[in-house]
Amino acid sequence: MFKIIEKQELAPTLKLFRVEAPMIARRAQPGQFVILRVHEQGERIPLTIADFDREQGTITLVFQEVGHSTQLLGALAVGDSIPDLLGPLGEPTEHPEGKNVVCIGGGVGVAPVYPEAKALHEQGYNVTTIIGARTAELLFFEAEMAAVSNQAFVTTDDGSKGHKGFVTDVLQKLIDEGKKPDFVIAVGPIPMMRAVAELTRKYEIKTIVSLNSMMVDGTGMCGGCRVTVGGEVKFTCVDGPAFDAHELDFDEQVRRLEMYKEMEKKVGGEC
Amino acid sequence: MMAKIVPKKHPMPAQPAEERVKNFDEVPYGYDEDTAIAEALRCLQCKNPRCIEGCPVGINIPAFILKIAEKDYQSAADILKDKNSLPAVCGRVCPQEEQCEQVCIVGIKNEPVAIGRLERFAADWEAANSNKEVEPVPLTGPKVAVVGSGPAGLTVAGELVRKGYRVTIFEAFHQPGGVLMYGIPEFRLPKAIVQREIDYLKKLGVEIQLNVVVGRTVTIEELMTEEGYEAVFVGSGAGLPYFLNIPGENLNGVYSANEFLTRTNLMRAYMFPKWETPIHVGKRVAVVGAGNVAMDAARTALRLGAEEVHIVYRRSEKEMPARIEEIEHAREEGINFNLLTNPIEVLGDEKGWVNGLKCVKMELGEPDQSGRRRPVPIAGSEFVFPVDVVVVAIGQGPNPLIPRTTSGLETSKWGNIIADPETGRTSIPGVYAGGDVVTGAATVIKAMGAGKVAAQAIDKYLTSKNEEAN
Ligand SMILES: Cc1cc2nc3c(=O)[nH]c(=O)nc-3n(C[C@H](O)[C@H](O)[C@H](O)COP(=O)(O)OP(=O)(O)OC[C@H]3O[C@@H](n4cnc5c(N)ncnc54)[C@H](O)[C@@H]3O)c2cc1C
Ligand SMILES: Cc1cc2nc3c(=O)[nH]c(=O)nc-3n(C[C@H](O)[C@H](O)[C@H](O)COP(=O)(O)OP(=O)(O)OC[C@H]3O[C@@H](n4cnc5c(N)ncnc54)[C@H](O)[C@@H]3O)c2cc1C
Ligand code: SF4
Ligand code: FES
Repeated sequence: MFKIIEKQELAPTLKLFRVEAPMIARRAQPGQFVILRVHEQGERIPLTIADFDREQGTITLVFQEVGHSTQLLGALAVGDSIPDLLGPLGEPTEHPEGKNVVCIGGGVGVAPVYPEAKALHEQGYNVTTIIGARTAELLFFEAEMAAVSNQAFVTTDDGSKGHKGFVTDVLQKLIDEGKKPDFVIAVGPIPMMRAVAELTRKYEIKTIVSLNSMMVDGTGMCGGCRVTVGGEVKFTCVDGPAFDAHELDFDEQVRRLEMYKEMEKKVGGEC
Repeated sequence: MMAKIVPKKHPMPAQPAEERVKNFDEVPYGYDEDTAIAEALRCLQCKNPRCIEGCPVGINIPAFILKIAEKDYQSAADILKDKNSLPAVCGRVCPQEEQCEQVCIVGIKNEPVAIGRLERFAADWEAANSNKEVEPVPLTGPKVAVVGSGPAGLTVAGELVRKGYRVTIFEAFHQPGGVLMYGIPEFRLPKAIVQREIDYLKKLGVEIQLNVVVGRTVTIEELMTEEGYEAVFVGSGAGLPYFLNIPGENLNGVYSANEFLTRTNLMRAYMFPKWETPIHVGKRVAVVGAGNVAMDAARTALRLGAEEVHIVYRRSEKEMPARIEEIEHAREEGINFNLLTNPIEVLGDEKGWVNGLKCVKMELGEPDQSGRRRPVPIAGSEFVFPVDVVVVAIGQGPNPLIPRTTSGLETSKWGNIIADPETGRTSIPGVYAGGDVVTGAATVIKAMGAGKVAAQAIDKYLTSKNEEAN
C-alpha cells in the first residue's frame, strides 16, 4: 500500500499527489513513469513521475482527470493509500549533444517535462522552458519551472496569461532571435508535440518527445504500447517513453490512442 | 490387484460445448469417485513403470493410482505432493500425451491410463476434504530472493521455505501466479486453485512482494549487496511477445496473445465494465498460431462474444503444438481451423482498424532443422479473411529486462539466461535461474522441475558457504 501524504488541486481537473514509495523514489530518473491501480477492479494506469525525493522516499504524480480511473484517483485524500503502484518504469531520457536546451510542456505535459528541466538545470545546462495551456486556470508548476530555468515563458491559447498563442510561437521567436537550441524536449498533447516536431525539423534541431501509449503491464510483456520509430517497431514502456520526434510515426499514435474511446464511456456508468 | 481390460480412458464429463462458449466456467468437471476408481483399476501397476520417467518431476505414478483404487485418497494426494506441489494445476494443464501417458504400457495396445485426470481427482479431493493443518517450519535460515511467481518461482519458494530459508518472492504484477494467472484462462484453470496454492505458501512463511519489477524497482545486485539476500532465483518467464513482422501489424485490433489474455484473465475484461479494463473483441477474429496459447486466445474470443473465430496456422494438423485435449475442445466449440495458411499482411480501413487478414496457402516441402516439413507458399493462392481482430500467438521469448539490467549475467543469442540444467546455476555466483526464461516457452511441469533442481542447488550452495564462514 502506498500512502498519499500530500494532495494539491492545481486546476479544477488537475491534481497533484505526493505518495510514499521509498523503493521507487530511490531509483527514479527523469523520464520514467509508474503504473498504478486505484482499486481491485480497476485498470492499470500509467503516470509520469513528476518529481521524487530520495531522502523522504516520496514520488510526486500530477494527473488530469480525463476518465473514470483518473477521477477515482482524484477522489482519494491525504491518508488514503493507492493499493498498487509499480515503478520506476521506462528508460531514463537520453540527451543529445549540446548544452542549450528548450523544455516545452503543454497541458498536463508540464508534469513530465519538469523533472527533465530540473535535472538538466542541476547538470549545468542552459535551460529555457516554455509551458502552455488553453487558459490561465490550467497552468501549473509555473514557479517550479521558473526555478529550474535560465529563461521561462508561458503561453495560453486565449491570452489570459503570458503570450497569447502556442508554445511553438515562442520557440519560433527564439530561433528568429538567433537563440537556436541544441535540442528540444517536448511533452504534451500529440498535436502540440507534432507541431514542435515540424518546426524543429526545418531547423534540424534534435527533438525528443514522450509518448502516452496505451499500456497494460509496462514491462514489455503485452506489446500493446507499440510505436513505429524510424520504421522500426518499439515498445513505449521499455524502449521509451521518450523517442526522437523526427523519426516517430505520429499518425499511428493518434490512431492507437483512439482504440478504447467508445468503450471507456461505459465504465462507471449505470451497468 | 487385477487390472481390468478397459480399452479406453473413462471419458471426462464436461460442460456441453453450446453452453460453455457462453461462460468462463471450467470446462471438464473432473471424475467422480466411481469413475476415478474404475480408471485407477486400468493401471497395470508395472514393476518397472515407465510413466515415472515420463514425468519431469518423477511422481510415483503407480503408487498414487493404487491409493485411489484403494479409496485412500489422502495418501494418493500425499504421494503426489511429495514430488509436485501443484498437482491440481498439473492434472489440468500438463501435456500428458507427450509426458507420462505417452510411455504408459497400457497405451501400447489401448488408450493409456488417464494419469492427469487421476492426478486432478486426488488433488481436488484433498482440497475439498482434507483438514490437515499447515505446520510452518521455523524460519531461521539465510534470505533467498525469488524473481517471478510463476510455477518455477513458486516451486523454489516452497522447497526452500520447508527447509527454513527466509524466502521473498518479487512479482511485477499485482497478483502472483505468473502465466497460471494472467495467461491460462479461467475455463481451463480456475484461478481459485492457483490462489489456494499461493495461500498455502504464504502460510508456510513465504513473503510475496507484489508490484516490484526486478531490474527497475531494485536490481539483483542490490538485493544481494544491500538487502542481504544470499541467493537469488530468477524465474521471470518468457514474457516477450513475438510478432509476425508483416505490414499492418500495428493497426487497431491487432493484439499479441499476451495482451489479449492478460486483459481478459488478470484484468477480467470479460466482466467489463464492472471490471474497468476494456478489450476489443469484434465479430470475426483470426488467431495466428496453433499452440496452447493460440487455443486459449481463440476460445477466449468466442466466450467474449465473437461470432466467428479462425485459427490460422502455416503447417498441418500433425504439427499443431497444442495439447490434444485443447484442440478437441476448441473444435467442439466451433473454432475454425485454417491449416497450411500463412498470414502475409493485415489490412485496415481508412480509420486504421483491422478489416482483413491477407493469407497465402502453403504446402509442406522438405524437412527443416526441426525435423518438421517446411511449409512453402503456393504461388498465386493469396486470399483475404474478412476479420476485425487479429491475435498473434506465435510464441514468446525470454523477458529481456533482467539480463539487460544485470551485468555479468550470461545469455544465449536468443536472450535466454544460460543456466546449468543440473543445478540452475548462472554465470553469477549465488544467482540461479529456471523455467521459461532459461528454456524458452515450455510447460508448467518443466518450470517446476527446474525450480526443484535449483532449490536443491541453492540449499547446497548456502549450506557449504555458511559452513565455510563458520
Ligand atoms: C508513460 C505514460 C505517462 C503518462 N503520464 C501522465 C501524467 O503524468 N499525467 C496524466 O494526467 N496522464 C498521464 N498519462 C496518461 C494517463 O495514463 C491516461 O490519461 C489515463 O490512463 C486515462 O485513464 P482514465 O481511465 O481516467 O480515462 P479513460 O476513461 O480510460 O480514457 C480517457 C481517454 O484517455 C485515453 N486513455 C485511456 N487509457 C490510456 C492510457 N493508458 N494511456 C493514454 N491514454 C489513455 C482513452 O483513449 C480516452 O480517450 C500517461 C500515460 C503514459 C503511457
Ligand atoms: C496462454 C498460455 C497457455 C499455456 N498453456 C499451458 C498448458 O496447457 N500446459 C503447460 O504445461 N504449459 C502451458 N503454458 C506454458 C506455461 O504456462 C509456462 O511454461 C510456465 O508458466 C513457465 O513458468 P515460469 O515460472 O518459468 O514463468 P511464468 O509463468 O511466465 O512466470 C513468470 C513471472 O515472473 C514475473 N516477472 C517477469 N519479469 C519480472 C521481473 N523483472 N521482476 C519481477 N517479476 C517478474 C512475471 O510477471 C510472471 O508472473 C501456457 C502458456 C501460456 C502463455
Ligand atoms: S505432473 Fe504431469 S507429467 Fe507428471 S504425472 Fe502429472 S500429468 Fe503426468
Ligand atoms: S505496456 Fe505491455 S509491452 Fe508495453
